[in-house]
Amino acid sequence: MNSKLYKIGWRLLQAVPSILGVIIISFVLTRALPGDPAVYFAGAMADKESIEQVRQALGLDRSWIEQFFIYVGNLVQGDWGQSLKTGQPVTEELLKRLPASLELTIIGLGLAVLAAVPLGILAATNPGSWVDHICRLLVTAGVSLPTFFTGLFLIYIFYYLLGWSPSPLGRLDIFYLSPSHVTGFYIIDSVIAGDLEIFLGVLAQLVLPTITLGLFALAPIARMTRGAMLGALSSDYVRTARASGLSKSMVLLTYAFRNASLPVLTTLGMVFSFLLGANVLVEKVFSWPGIGSFAIEALIASDYAAVQGFVLSMALLFVTVNLTIDVILAITDPRVGLEE
Amino acid sequence: MSENLVTVVSFSLFLFIIFLGLFGEFLAPYDPLATAASNTLRPPSWAHPFGTDNLGRDVLSRVIVATRLDLSIALSAVALSFVIGSALGSVAGFWGGWWDRIIGRFSDTIMAFPLFVLAMGIVAALGNTVENIIYATAIINLPFYIRVSRAETSIRRQAGYVAAARLCGISEIRILATQVFPNTLPPMMVQISLNMGWAILNAAGLSFIGLGVRAPDAEWGIMVAEGATYIVSGEWWLALFPGAALMIAVFCFNLLGDGLRDLVDPQRRT
Amino acid sequence: MKHEHFLDVNELSVEFRTRNGIVKALEKVSIHVDKGEVLGIVGESGSGKSVTAYTIIGLLDRAGLATNGKTAFDGMLLSGAKEALLSDLRGREISMIFQNPRAALNPIRPVGKQIEDVLLRHVQASRHNVRKKAIDMLDLVKIVDCKRRYWSYPFELSGGMCQRVMIAIALACNPRLLIADEPTTGLDVTTQKATMDLIQELTQNRNMSVILITHDLGMASAYCDRLVVMQKGKIVESAPVVKIFSEPQHSYTKKLIAASPGPKSQLADLIATTGEMSEADIEQLDTPMQQFGQKKSATPNILEVFNLVKEFTVRDPSRFRLPWSGKISSHQTFRAVDDISFSLKRGESLGLVGESGCGKSTTSSILTRLLDPTSGDVIFDGENITSYSSVQFAQIPQRAKIQMVFQDPTDSLNPRYTAKDTIAEPLKRLLFIKKREALNERVIKLAKMVGLPENLLTRFPHQLSGGQKARVGIARAISVDPLLLILDEPTSALDVSVQAVVLQLLDKLKRDLGMSYIFVSHDLNVVRLLCERVMVMNRGKIVETGRADDVLKNPQEDYTRNLVSSIPHFEPNKKVA
Repeated sequence: MNSKLYKIGWRLLQAVPSILGVIIISFVLTRALPGDPAVYFAGAMADKESIEQVRQALGLDRSWIEQFFIYVGNLVQGDWGQSLKTGQPVTEELLKRLPASLELTIIGLGLAVLAAVPLGILAATNPGSWVDHICRLLVTAGVSLPTFFTGLFLIYIFYYLLGWSPSPLGRLDIFYLSPSHVTGFYIIDSVIAGDLEIFLGVLAQLVLPTITLGLFALAPIARMTRGAMLGALSSDYVRTARASGLSKSMVLLTYAFRNASLPVLTTLGMVFSFLLGANVLVEKVFSWPGIGSFAIEALIASDYAAVQGFVLSMALLFVTVNLTIDVILAITDPRVGLEE
Repeated sequence: MSENLVTVVSFSLFLFIIFLGLFGEFLAPYDPLATAASNTLRPPSWAHPFGTDNLGRDVLSRVIVATRLDLSIALSAVALSFVIGSALGSVAGFWGGWWDRIIGRFSDTIMAFPLFVLAMGIVAALGNTVENIIYATAIINLPFYIRVSRAETSIRRQAGYVAAARLCGISEIRILATQVFPNTLPPMMVQISLNMGWAILNAAGLSFIGLGVRAPDAEWGIMVAEGATYIVSGEWWLALFPGAALMIAVFCFNLLGDGLRDLVDPQRRT
Repeated sequence: MKHEHFLDVNELSVEFRTRNGIVKALEKVSIHVDKGEVLGIVGESGSGKSVTAYTIIGLLDRAGLATNGKTAFDGMLLSGAKEALLSDLRGREISMIFQNPRAALNPIRPVGKQIEDVLLRHVQASRHNVRKKAIDMLDLVKIVDCKRRYWSYPFELSGGMCQRVMIAIALACNPRLLIADEPTTGLDVTTQKATMDLIQELTQNRNMSVILITHDLGMASAYCDRLVVMQKGKIVESAPVVKIFSEPQHSYTKKLIAASPGPKSQLADLIATTGEMSEADIEQLDTPMQQFGQKKSATPNILEVFNLVKEFTVRDPSRFRLPWSGKISSHQTFRAVDDISFSLKRGESLGLVGESGCGKSTTSSILTRLLDPTSGDVIFDGENITSYSSVQFAQIPQRAKIQMVFQDPTDSLNPRYTAKDTIAEPLKRLLFIKKREALNERVIKLAKMVGLPENLLTRFPHQLSGGQKARVGIARAISVDPLLLILDEPTSALDVSVQAVVLQLLDKLKRDLGMSYIFVSHDLNVVRLLCERVMVMNRGKIVETGRADDVLKNPQEDYTRNLVSSIPHFEPNKKVA
């Protein structure tokens, strides 16, 4: 057990340079701005005096190293600048919108896993069958589909042509009042509030955007599951298991799938990274009031503090997710930590 | 048999796309920038097979001409990424030690970001131009090339023929360049092909949210963005055709990459 | 009346669907095994011996199809039987063990549990006593500390231990037939003997029938009652072991026996006509002596090694340490070469023998100056070559005088260079021959010397056979007129018959070109054929040295004695079961 704790501890430590790297890059990007960073960070409401204040706060007149430490200090204290557009602190804006984006991403990823993993397993255990062909087609087509395109066309078919989906204008139809804020996740909040009508309304709005995201994540997960299962099923140890007469389900699940799930888990991390990017596109298409659409507006308006806040928060989220996956791997795979 | 057919089809499609990219402007039936206020939002017809957009421009011509812009953005980004990434990766894989650690850290730091998000950040920092889209796409693709070339170089650095080359007194750098690197090219080609597809999607995604390309330039991503507002009112052709073109181009590069991968691997095994 | 055999395979034919069409893997193969009998199936690569085993047990690859034949086990029809029946038989009545034991075990499951899986599947134990039974099996296969080892993962065990675990899994349900597919390939000679002895002991105790598949005639003869010789998917001969060795009938059997080096064989005995090159061809390779004559030099010894030491620092991966903790505790040094000294006369060949990890490969790397020693001196042709670093050595003319032939012919040839390019490379770099005609001329001469047909020079490695690739490697090595040639297991990746040809070629070249050899190998018999003297290494030290014949017949040290006795060979006086 001791060695497991050590491995977990080591993984946690390894996250530190990643976070450091993220912050350094973020810092470099702020200094690469065309124009005066102080103006960007002070916000639109700022007058000459406030800009000067911000300039002092950012330490723009000091050396690079000093600037960096001031920068980190500001970040840690929660001062990520003011949004040019809204005049509010960036951290507030981000936190307000985070649940909306997370709701989309988590449900989308969940749907994708539920569909892709069984598909991949079925394709691998029946090579050459129609399931296999569908899987391979889905995978190649899936990685070629532009997310914004799928979103738009799902809207066209299900909203415009069939009328099944509600209007793609955000998290909840204007007729409904948003449920009282507990977690920010409308699904949970409406359940807590016990309001069935709102719950269904929220669900209806969620369908198309989460399916769009799910379709996007489906392809790489199915591909990796199929590939890993194929690899496991053709391995020497599965051959031994078969030669020992072990039952089909035992061979499939305990011998093949458990081994195959390890690279699939690693893939989930990468897929999450792509999802955070795809999130931005989906939020634009469906007018979803999440972090992504906030970032788009900020980009167009050159609202630099907001964009930086977005990039930093997404990166930190991603590092956390990767860390969690690595820790799970360190616990479940006894070989982790061997190859240094 | 069917695998061969797929490779043939994707390769022909690839040639067709390159052809369109090179000669598109001569093939387009109308001037892609020519507006016609009386002819706006017409559905597909014989005169305009892909319909006309909200400014009366012929969608077919714009889709054809956009091929060049999208391809050249993706190609420049991938080429830049490949040259720098494979050089870094080969050095890291061949000499290991501190080189490996530094280059690995650099690659990991880029990978610590969700890549599309990082591209957004880079474009925001450097400025909203097409050039910067290329640089941003090149930067976020670096880790893939670094990783593949590092892995492929690493496998081969202990090979017998490398030791044999040392017995000939060949210098280490020469060995890397003439003996090892050429052998890493086939798997790198696979990576490039797959990467092209992803680079096109990235560039289109960035222009979809309004970065890089400006109106009235014809580019698939921006055309879908412009068409998005009309989807809900039923004018589907503005967004469908550029989106479909985008999808077909990416699909073609992915199929090509898969076909190349099948070619490259079995030979190694026999 | 034909009496029923325990296992009866009758006229089995198997085909494979491949990219290049249908390949016939087996043609009308008939074998049988009686109760308690040990049958050996011998053959070289591509003979179909493994395919036979997989077909019997019903584990043929998807691309394979049994087109003909009947297989019966204890009266039950196996061929065409339902998967449910076969799955029940596997592990319980018929078991199989494979080569590469570590890869054949589930890497993320404790080995004890893998034994339990089999026991539970075939209802040989209940949930209550299954763990005890699994531990008992581990004890039976002589794994020390079996209670703790129950929880070990395959990567924590040595190759030999992994094979024992596989044996435990295979024998857990007390099957009546064991199929062993090259179970000791890749293991050290002493481990091989231990493993085979264990299999023999366990199977004889239970009167189990065994099918042993191997390419090693010596092993087959030592452990089997009857032998079946296969070639290219057909059975060529089938007879009791004694009869096969004393009166081989088929020409292929005779070739195989002749090509397998034994304690008494001579180089000239290794007749081999594999279609590559016949003996007559070898004789015709006479090159004019003027071009590559004997070297006249001052010192009688071409090579002198004094107190050679090579240490590697090893990180202990199982111990966690923080980056800032002291280096001393976390690093251990491992002495791969521990103070060895020896000398080599001009024109002599010295064999360097030992098991894996003994330091022979490290030594040969240092001698070729691909690696720098930690300390010690190597005097080559009167000059101290260790005074240069390996980088500096690459620049001086002595570089051309020490060359190497590598173990894996596939790995040692650049896949993108034709044979001609590969052979020409040292000529270009070390002898500075740049003109195309001069290069061509030399390459063709070299190809002739090693018996490589000229038309093969434009081929790439993947278009050449193993033996042809080996020749290209040899041609490359001798192209620059080396004085010392270091051969690092040059034939261990080759089929026995091809090995015979290559060894004879190497011998002839040595005589014609006046080179000195250092022949590194794990196979004492092979070394004996080519070398006058031999050095035995263990754990970085030289254990014994002397004339090859003497060391083999009268080993002085215990380690050498153990090594020699572990080599399996044909004993005419072995008692027949």
